[in-house]
Amino acid sequence: MPIRTEHLNYIYNPGTAYEKQALSDIDLELPDGQFVGIIGHTGSGKSTLIQHLNGLVRATSGTVWYNGEDIYREGYSMKELRSKVGLVFQYPEYQLFEVDVFTDVCFGPKNLGLSKEETEARASEALRQVGLGEEYYKKSPFELSGGQKRRAAIAGILAMQPEVLILDEPTAGLDPHGRDEILDQIQKLHRERGITVVLVSHSMEDIARYVERIIVMEKGRVRFDDTPKKVFEHYRELEQIGLAAPQVTYVMQTLRGAGMDIDLAATTVEEAKASILNYFQKKAQEG
Amino acid sequence: MNIIQAKKLTHDYRKVGDDGETETSCRALDNVDLDVAPGQFIAILGHNGSGKSTLAKHLNAILTPTDGTVWVDGMDTRDAEKLNAIRQTAGMVFQNPDNQIIGTVVDEDVAFGPENMGIPTEEILERVENSLKTVGMWEYRDRSPNRLSGGQKQRVAIAGVMAMEPKCIVLDEPTAMLDPVGRREVIRAAQKLNREKQVTILLITHYMEEVTEADRVIVMDQGKILMQGTPREVFSRVEELKEHRLDVPQVTMLAHELRKSGLPVPEGVLTVQELAESLIAASRRAV
Repeated sequence: MPIRTEHLNYIYNPGTAYEKQALSDIDLELPDGQFVGIIGHTGSGKSTLIQHLNGLVRATSGTVWYNGEDIYREGYSMKELRSKVGLVFQYPEYQLFEVDVFTDVCFGPKNLGLSKEETEARASEALRQVGLGEEYYKKSPFELSGGQKRRAAIAGILAMQPEVLILDEPTAGLDPHGRDEILDQIQKLHRERGITVVLVSHSMEDIARYVERIIVMEKGRVRFDDTPKKVFEHYRELEQIGLAAPQVTYVMQTLRGAGMDIDLAATTVEEAKASILNYFQKKAQEG
Repeated sequence: MNIIQAKKLTHDYRKVGDDGETETSCRALDNVDLDVAPGQFIAILGHNGSGKSTLAKHLNAILTPTDGTVWVDGMDTRDAEKLNAIRQTAGMVFQNPDNQIIGTVVDEDVAFGPENMGIPTEEILERVENSLKTVGMWEYRDRSPNRLSGGQKQRVAIAGVMAMEPKCIVLDEPTAMLDPVGRREVIRAAQKLNREKQVTILLITHYMEEVTEADRVIVMDQGKILMQGTPREVFSRVEELKEHRLDVPQVTMLAHELRKSGLPVPEGVLTVQELAESLIAASRRAV
């Protein structure tokens, strides 16, 4: 279901010496089924923003609409909203607390008031979706590797069968293998179930590979909101706000600067390769 | 003499079963030989579970070998009497900045190490100033560490180790929890320490971009050294790295792909500039 924010403002510690405007006038629309990336320097407001999307933080002013309904209206069920908009925090593995993996994943659906059968069916399904088989069900969370723990934590959210899945830096601290596993699983979920995915990340290379839209946050505002190709064209401005475009962007810009006719919009290795090879082929034909 | 030397270093982690009797063991390091000359900058890469952190813990005697020997500046790490001397020779910086800062003010925190070593006050002050200036945190000396960013905290942690004037510093994934700006700050501080103070650096990381300036790169896999050499030598072996599901920087990958397609690009390209220059040269020749 679509989420929309309207003139969203959030101020931390208002009226004190630590007063800080974390979000300024955010107007965003997240349609169904999109795979969206949010990037920004630490302190740019990205984590604060996503915590508004499931009502965890209440805006100082402005509104959040979920499926056309004002979530701040009296009597609106935040509990239901939070089961629909699943939020996976940074380092979610710190939130595993049950004796074994399966029980932990059951916690969410159980609290939704579902029957034991339904709860367990959902937990099994969620664990399957993150690639953790039955051999892990009875393991203590402490026996898992970092990447497995994180997948178990994500399964805990999936078991609530959210319509929107928001992940705050799901790959932080993981090695490349663990990172690929998590992102590939998320991509698969997005494709199979058509859920909306919002991915907060520092890694431009990851973002370029997976998302269809990038929202760049700076000092509590939306600085850019477009397709990855369009956003990375602003690579100089991205640098100024402490971000960077993927390495490939710099290669392509340098080549174009030297007068070579290549595709500036390439952001992945595959796209860059195709464009550069195409350039040399054309050159050979002309020669 | 080598500052660090390991000969046939083997480490088994033992786990006692629930019944308190059955023991299982897991080999984390398997016959590792390592020589590090004073003043080198060494990068150690590998997956979670490849043994790199276990190796790090042997270098200042947090762990001692199951088999084989480790010498730190000529001292056997199994020699309990040398423990303090070993730890003052090889300092450690860990992954999580929040777990290794104890002072309530930045300069107090940095003074903690030398204070415990019984260094005279005058000299402590000198060392604190020196260390904080090297990592670029001198202006923050009277701040509370709580209000620093992750990268700043890590630099304070590095200054704290530096104030003990170790000959060697082992950094175990110091940037894994940082954003791109914080990562760059920490790596620059480590490089500066190496170049200006001739401190031997062993940097353990997942991030390939961080190792391109190292004197030597060591790749660990399943408790063994899989390959080692200059960054260029290691990154020339793209297929092998990919086979072990290790990351390769985007430019290195692109260069490798273009080379496979027949373009005159050198193997083991490490920087955007290098790749761009070789392509521009090829383009001129094609005219």
